Amino acid sequence: MIPILTHLPFAAVFDEIPLGWFLTLSLVMFTLGAVGVVVRRNPVVVFMCIELMLNAVNLTFLAFAAYPTQMVALSNPGEAAITGQMVVIFVMAIAAAEVAVGLGIIMAIFRLRNEADVDDMNTMRG
Amino acid sequence: MTLNQIAFIVLSCLALFGAVGVVFFNTPVRSAMALVVNFFTLGLVYFMLGSELIGITQIMVYAGAIMVLFLFVIMILKSTNDTDKPQLGERRFIFSLLGAGVVFTMIYRYVIMPTMERTNVQFTRTYGTPQEIGKTLFTQYAWPFEIVSMLLLVGIVGSIMLAKRRF
Repeated sequence: MIPILTHLPFAAVFDEIPLGWFLTLSLVMFTLGAVGVVVRRNPVVVFMCIELMLNAVNLTFLAFAAYPTQMVALSNPGEAAITGQMVVIFVMAIAAAEVAVGLGIIMAIFRLRNEADVDDMNTMRG
Repeated sequence: MTLNQIAFIVLSCLALFGAVGVVFFNTPVRSAMALVVNFFTLGLVYFMLGSELIGITQIMVYAGAIMVLFLFVIMILKSTNDTDKPQLGERRFIFSLLGAGVVFTMIYRYVIMPTMERTNVQFTRTYGTPQEIGKTLFTQYAWPFEIVSMLLLVGIVGSIMLAKRRF
């Protein structure tokens, strides 16, 4: 019933940390993930960078869920908080399915061609 | 500098170290370890935001299950390109950094800058408890929940089909 964190010094986090800090962390993580997707050649590492971007988006959702700003419906902030968390839960489930299928595809490609380099996977090029 | 701000800065420095490591470490195993650091600290940041259940789920699902999957695939795949290091003078490296810099500055200037001042929110912190999340997940979001379960089932079957010896 009682949330755990009200007994910790984290309880006043919303008053002391502005929303922009969380958004900045998320933006930096998303940018790094995008750069990694372009730059790296190993498909497993490319997948890791996609996971990084997904997590950055999750952090944005949770930050906007926690801070009722003008962008969120102020009439019912509890509704906004719960909705953001639901989106994060579904993103997590979809990311798990995506990783399973994507790594299966990488395994199949590796078995077919005995190498795994994103730059060399151009057999479907018309 | 209050305790909360120091905690947030330490956590975000660790998370950014992990993110930079994923992109710039040489071998895939090191990238995976950096990703574990990033996921774990991100779970702690979720705790700071009051989403306790999602923080624990983050640590279990991402830092546990998904990373085990990644490490298995890295172990099975022959490490062909140990020299897969981003070349600093390479053309796509420069252009991706340029594009990322432009996007970063624009989003930072026009989206994040207005949210930098402190908000004085008085808000109940009970929204992250398992009780609240479970209640909403199984009433209001029951239909998306079922769809996601079907999606996971299809994902299981599909990955088994893909990873089978012959198809």
